Amino acid sequence: MTGNEMSPEARGGMERHSYDVVVIGAGGAGLRAAIAAHEAGARTAVVCKSLLGKAHTVMAEGGAAAALGNRWPEDTWQVHFRDTMRGGKMLNNWRMAQLHAQEAPERVLELEDWGALFDRTEDGLISQRDFGGHRYARLAHVGDRTGLELIRTLQQRTVQLGIDVFMECTVTEVLKQEGQVAGAFGYWRETGRFITFEAPSVILATGGIGKSYKVTSNSWEYTGDGHALALRAGASLINMEFVQFHPTGMVWPPSVKGLLVTESVRGDGGILRNSQGARFMFDYIPDFFRAETADTEEEADAWYEDKKNNRRPPELLPRDEVARAINSEIKAGRGSPHGGIYLDIASRRDADYIRKRLPSMYHQFKELADVDITAEPMEIGPTCHYVMGGVEVDPDSQQSAVTGLYAAGEVSGGMHGSNRLGGNSLSDLLVFGKRAGEAAAAHATSLDQRGQRPVVDEADVKAAQADALAPFEVSAGPGGGGENPYTIQHDLQQSMNDLVGIIRTATELEASLAELERLKQRADRMVVEGHRQYNPGWHLALDLRNMLLVSECIAKAALARQESRGGHTRDDFPGPDPEWGAKNLVLSLDEAGTGVDIAEKPLPTMPDDLQQLFEDK
Amino acid sequence: MAYDLKLRVWRGDAEGGDLTDYTVEVSEGEVVLDALHRLQATQTGDLAIRWNCKAGKCGSCSAEVNGRPRLMCMTRLSDFDPAETITVTPMRTFPVIRDLVTDVSFNYEKARELPYAELGPRDPDGKRRMMQVDVERGQEFRKCIECYLCQDVCHVVRDHEDNKQHFAGPRFFIRYAELDMHPLDTHDRRRLAQDAAGLGMCNITKCCTEVCPEGIRITDNGIIPMKERVVDRKYDPLVWLGNKIGLRNRDDDGRTEV
Amino acid sequence: MATTDHGVTSPGRAHIEARTLRQDRWWQSPLATFVVFSGFVVFATIRAFMGRDYYATPYLSPFYSPCLGDCVEGASDFGQPFAWWPLSAALIILVFPLGFRMTCYYYRKAYYRAFWLSPPACGVAEPHTSYSGETRFPLILQNVHRWFWYAAVVVGLVLTFDVVLAFRPMPAEYALGDGETSGIHMGLGTLLMLVNVVLIWLYTLSCHSCRHVVGGRLRHFSKHPVRYRLWTWVSRLNTSHGRWAWYSLFSVAVVDFYIFLLATGRIQDVRFF
Ligand SMILES: Cc1cc2nc3c(=O)[nH]c(=O)nc-3n(C[C@H](O)[C@H](O)[C@H](O)COP(=O)(O)OP(=O)(O)OC[C@H]3O[C@@H](n4cnc5c(N)ncnc54)[C@H](O)[C@@H]3O)c2cc1C
Ligand code: SF4
Ligand code: SF4
Ligand code: FES
Ligand code: FES
Repeated sequence: MTGNEMSPEARGGMERHSYDVVVIGAGGAGLRAAIAAHEAGARTAVVCKSLLGKAHTVMAEGGAAAALGNRWPEDTWQVHFRDTMRGGKMLNNWRMAQLHAQEAPERVLELEDWGALFDRTEDGLISQRDFGGHRYARLAHVGDRTGLELIRTLQQRTVQLGIDVFMECTVTEVLKQEGQVAGAFGYWRETGRFITFEAPSVILATGGIGKSYKVTSNSWEYTGDGHALALRAGASLINMEFVQFHPTGMVWPPSVKGLLVTESVRGDGGILRNSQGARFMFDYIPDFFRAETADTEEEADAWYEDKKNNRRPPELLPRDEVARAINSEIKAGRGSPHGGIYLDIASRRDADYIRKRLPSMYHQFKELADVDITAEPMEIGPTCHYVMGGVEVDPDSQQSAVTGLYAAGEVSGGMHGSNRLGGNSLSDLLVFGKRAGEAAAAHATSLDQRGQRPVVDEADVKAAQADALAPFEVSAGPGGGGENPYTIQHDLQQSMNDLVGIIRTATELEASLAELERLKQRADRMVVEGHRQYNPGWHLALDLRNMLLVSECIAKAALARQESRGGHTRDDFPGPDPEWGAKNLVLSLDEAGTGVDIAEKPLPTMPDDLQQLFEDK
Repeated sequence: MAYDLKLRVWRGDAEGGDLTDYTVEVSEGEVVLDALHRLQATQTGDLAIRWNCKAGKCGSCSAEVNGRPRLMCMTRLSDFDPAETITVTPMRTFPVIRDLVTDVSFNYEKARELPYAELGPRDPDGKRRMMQVDVERGQEFRKCIECYLCQDVCHVVRDHEDNKQHFAGPRFFIRYAELDMHPLDTHDRRRLAQDAAGLGMCNITKCCTEVCPEGIRITDNGIIPMKERVVDRKYDPLVWLGNKIGLRNRDDDGRTEV
Repeated sequence: MATTDHGVTSPGRAHIEARTLRQDRWWQSPLATFVVFSGFVVFATIRAFMGRDYYATPYLSPFYSPCLGDCVEGASDFGQPFAWWPLSAALIILVFPLGFRMTCYYYRKAYYRAFWLSPPACGVAEPHTSYSGETRFPLILQNVHRWFWYAAVVVGLVLTFDVVLAFRPMPAEYALGDGETSGIHMGLGTLLMLVNVVLIWLYTLSCHSCRHVVGGRLRHFSKHPVRYRLWTWVSRLNTSHGRWAWYSLFSVAVVDFYIFLLATGRIQDVRFF
């Protein structure tokens, strides 16, 4: 039985649901948004591709950055704001960075009200740990499984409030009426049955795009669905050229290549060495951070105990700097046998401390690589980790250019500028998830008060259905070219890794765009085996379209930005350029609807009082 | 170090199915999930598998490997003899959807029946204070990645479909334990644990602890202490006597039974 | 032992006939438990009903301690309140250690698996068609374990006293050399009893109920530092509770058997001093 033989009506027809707010994504951002929308009185649904509680947020390790001031009373939202902006090389949307720094502490405390159990200080307050780019120990954490704590707490809260959750259900289209959101269309992964949501507010919280890269810490879910949905709905994306490569991913064995090694290893004392045993990060301190970074090993080591009188070790520079340094060392032939470099905590901290502070890293290396991290160094290398770019939104409400369409979490853009600091994502999810949920609920209410709820157009639903079934049609059609979706995905990942990776050049980027065109054509001839019931081949075929579109955004923007900044490094334009530092690149769907157009847009200007923060020091 | 692995995978759905033999090339350092992914990419594009993190963190890839409940992403091929045939089936306690994917909604329904945390007001400065030693026991349980392998192996429901109605299962017993040990929580759920969750159905045979990939000591640290707490409330002569003569522990004061 | 439609072969679940697909020797451990336990039960029953050969100056078999019935001379250190009891004196007190072990969380696991096959091993279907766990009579009585633990502490004290007595000076007829009748004594029996009582205490103190009573029931360890300390100690012992359960079972049997051999005159006690 193939999919096209089973008409959507075969099992009781299309499912339909009506809500005030539909949240797409059940990670930290999605769940927080749903809770906020529900508490604001909206009838709310959450839709997610995986089971509840399995979203990417569960994998976050290090912590959530919030200026609680529990370890360092000097830490205030202003310091956090300044760190965030500097980490993002001033390309962040200042208003988002400000709201984030101001509201993160309360959002974290709220989790505690709902049952989260963070690690404690000696006084019983929430403990905070050091991370790259943060001036003070600031990350609220639970061992190295903070994301799990966060998502579980939000999940339990969601269940307690009785919010409807649609698990293993993929949204493939945002539906509109006259330029306003009217609902969303998707399918149940389990049965292949279609489902339509009618809702005036849709919140995208779908996370990132990392699955377009071969070496990545991201899972199959990260196919850039939300980015693509937004584009197709008429919204725009910004900052897509900025992809964060985490400096420390596993490199061996091959089956786990890319798997994340948390930054807390360095925060808790781990250091980087090359094959000659040299602690090479001292050679890579950029001028921008020289004043606040230690330049001797003694000072760096003393900092862990005495932060007042010493400067930070260079291992804790922002991620882009460390990733580039590692990349250069490997290229210079000073890498480890498996093409990485060494991350060593074993020789610096005792075994008990390591096991207590980094339990899941200990477990991960022991189980998957046969390496005992309390006794030997880890081999690590950069891995694709996070996309700074995302849907362009209003900083206060998280609404995109399309009325009724909101974005929060990794799928939204602007907050992190050209580079995200570790720990700023989890707090971002909470702060902007809540804001998006409230704004979305308010929008639904105001429409109702005016009696103007948009309605879903049946023709759009039919079209969305046909699109979803296309991969089955092709295989049956004449000259069905026989392309395997898994092969296309593999080729895409390879080409993104090779041509749009950490270090970029114009020629490679142009080559990648040409390759993307070819891949798009191949994707038109995909064959999908089997029927619609829980069929990963079909699911991949549908996701692949999003991956291709989003990859094109990254490559196009990367080619356009002729400078190096944060997560974007051009070999042919090695330094930052102040002119580029004043503008964003904005992407939107082109006329034909198969590619993207690019435009420049000046950054919003920061008010003087905030500007002041950067001049004082 | 690549070799051909013989895999026997259960294929089918609720209507029926069978163990099917495959041969797939695998290499050093790989796990069962890698082998299945290769199978999916090269031979059976529609093989249904559930997974996310591939690092033992999300608890999606639960299945049974050679009859033992395991996470496929944490089951290394090097633990088996290269000549051995590895049999992979879906979890056998839950209804099957397709191939290795099962319908785990039982667990989500149980989660919905569960009580939640209910803390008192914050301290005057807007923060809460809890000491590390007081949260540590709860933290062990919060390591749970909800893979539901413990629920799968538990004979109470594995071997008795009819018990599903009255039995929350080990995953949720540790949730009860977590809440009961929470230093700031204000509810007393011991009666609920015994009556509604079916704590008494557990005969502490410890299979849940044996399979837990997070190494949570479900029985010793969760279920047995919960049973003991129920005993405090109902069956202990000294506690009863203590209450009568006003000599009792005030540690539990301020909690209301739900 | 085909399972019908109530367990792993219930409708809706993946259709697999086999009760288990485990390929390892999962039956080994329940089988070993079964054999050893049965052996102990047979031995203990015989010894308990014998009503003799349980005392060999100065050693008293743990099966008979405290000896409260019509016991042989020298065996009753706490009087003979049950002197009228017509049967073996062991039967008067054995209910306490027996009840303690029968309701022990570790032994429950062991015998539910090995004797009741519920389940025989993890992932192996059990043969029963229905199951109600410990929710009904008689198994609901397992909840009285703590009462037995209180009793076990008393029994432990008595056995400790027995060990002290096992050091006592020997009467003249047992003298080692010339006229040695005073000063403490130690023989192999004393040593065995000592080891036994240590294992019994390890077993008793590593009990889950003990762990709960000393501190486990608290919600605020930070406010009870002493009990917290105790709790951490007991918790450490508790991780090997199963081991202490077995070792102390063996040691009890060994001590009793040694005393039996002495009492029936088959061997002579080895004297250290
Ligand atoms: C290994 C790792 C470690 C990390 N560590 C940290 C850290 O220590 N600190 C930190 O701050 N950040 C960390 N991050 C980053 C952070 O975890 C993520 O950026 C963040 O969790 C993203 O959350 P989210 O809510 O935006 O999306 P996610 O949690 O990824 O959720 C996305 C949701 O959208 C759903 N979805 C996607 N597409 C669709 C669709 N088409 N239809 C329906 N549903 C859909 C998915 O099913 C999922 O539920 C880490 C990331 C990784 C990968
Ligand atoms: S110990 Fe109890 S809950 Fe755990 S598997 Fe056994 S019967 Fe089930
Ligand atoms: S307790 Fe362990 S086995 Fe059970 S669901 Fe949680 S992680 Fe899985
Ligand atoms: S895939 Fe996440 S636990 Fe295996
Ligand atoms: S004696 Fe075994 S648990 Fe109490």
